[in-house]
Amino acid sequence: MIRTVYILWLRQLKRYVRSRSRIIGSLGQPLLFLVALGYGFGPIFQKAGQGNYLEFLAPGVIAMSILFTAIFSGIEIIWDKQFGFLKETLVAPVSRLNIMIGRTLGGATVATIQGIIVFFISLAAGFRPTNITLLPIAFLIMALTALLFTAMGTALASLLEDMQGFQMVMNFLVMPIFFLSGALFPLEGLPRSIFIAASLNPLSYGVDGLRGALVGQVHFGFITDFAVLSVITALFLVVGSYLFSKIEI
Amino acid sequence: MSILSYALISYINLSNNDEIDMLQNDNTENYSIEVRNLTKKFGDFTAVDNISFSVKRGETFAFLGPNGAGKTTTIKMLTTLLHPTTGTMLVNGYDPIKNQDAVRRSFGIVFQDQSLDEELTAYENMEFHGVLYKVPDKILRKKIEELLNFVELWDRKNDLVKHFSGGMKRRLEIARGLLHTPELLFMDEPTIGLDPQTRNHIWKYLKDLNGTAGITVFFTTHYMDEAERVADRVAIIDHGRIVAEGRPEELKNKTGAKTLEEAFLSLTGKQIREEEAGSIDQMRMNRKMWSK
Repeated sequence: MIRTVYILWLRQLKRYVRSRSRIIGSLGQPLLFLVALGYGFGPIFQKAGQGNYLEFLAPGVIAMSILFTAIFSGIEIIWDKQFGFLKETLVAPVSRLNIMIGRTLGGATVATIQGIIVFFISLAAGFRPTNITLLPIAFLIMALTALLFTAMGTALASLLEDMQGFQMVMNFLVMPIFFLSGALFPLEGLPRSIFIAASLNPLSYGVDGLRGALVGQVHFGFITDFAVLSVITALFLVVGSYLFSKIEI
Repeated sequence: MSILSYALISYINLSNNDEIDMLQNDNTENYSIEVRNLTKKFGDFTAVDNISFSVKRGETFAFLGPNGAGKTTTIKMLTTLLHPTTGTMLVNGYDPIKNQDAVRRSFGIVFQDQSLDEELTAYENMEFHGVLYKVPDKILRKKIEELLNFVELWDRKNDLVKHFSGGMKRRLEIARGLLHTPELLFMDEPTIGLDPQTRNHIWKYLKDLNGTAGITVFFTTHYMDEAERVADRVAIIDHGRIVAEGRPEELKNKTGAKTLEEAFLSLTGKQIREEEAGSIDQMRMNRKMWSK
């Protein structure tokens, strides 16, 4: 069982390391967000008395890159489903649960690495974490967020027939999750409806925990963040495993 | 002396086998595949309609039919990828519905669509398969080398599969399908889109395997001449039903045809089959566009 999980995990990592264009491409977007938004809105943010915007934004951008990478890793199953490789794993004498766990752990590892790389990019862009001793907690939250959204991607991919559905997922699910998460703006003083949307959004808790660990600003509190992330991750893992076990090709 | 005793022993073995064959003719142990009244419906559409057939151990069996006849659906049911609507199956003596893992260990498969991971090397694809099928480490390395040599890809073992030609990919898939020493090999249109050289090579590999290792081969193809040349027995399926089954000569005699292709056309008609292009086909086209 361990070897099955391991080889599937390793496969995800090898694929990631070998797709250099994907790595570089996926780093351009966070960099653009940091530079354009970070420096662009910086003065207004400062005037509004909220302090340094780049400090505020960087955790949000790290969370964004984790979200996108994780969802994409999960969604990759659609490609594997249609282009054969999934068949190779599904006719093998191993349980689907192990396949799903291996893939999801692999995808989550890749997303966490991506988050860490973006963390270093933001350092280069001028971001300075206030408390370095809390870095391990930041990485833990990154990993948990990565696991949550990879499992979510797996669940979605098990339901979707082809990549056309992926566009819909991006526009109606992933983008709203990102924009309504508090990654770009503070959750204080928001219109009620936006605040409710943000509170129902699992990414809000990832961003909040990350921001708490990196720059000491928390809205919900660490315990709430961890509790919500853990419960939702467990939920998506169960749902994802169930849907994955039902795939027929 | 030794040659004589060897000949004698093989003669005894041979005659013993013949006897056993005769005794166990109706015994399940003599069959690699047994299918009874198998049906698969997708909504209102009946893809496979109450088919029954069996494949003997060590046989090379061709499953022929026009596009959309139900060949791939049947293979998917036999290989545990799809649940049948009704009917029973036995693959190497195991039930693909109740005893999935035992069935999965007992066969190898080359799918109609390529099913390699292109971002991995040939060796890594083999290794991945070996780990999934729990081939012990020591045996695995030897076996990979042996099989990659067999399909003449050992020199290219460290190349990424995305740089391989269609024929090389097919050969690699055959090697991979044999890695866990299955008793039965399924091949769904193994020679489609390949040049005559590669096609000949592939059939040569299969004849070797069938002859030396006694592996049962179950394949589908649209090339009737290949089926005629290679298969011990063929079944022709059309609109989800088996319309004829027997040795290629038997089918030719029955229909008064000179070639298996003529027999096939007289059994299934000359009308062109329209298969609806599903989302999978569209994605295949997209993929071709994307991958330069």
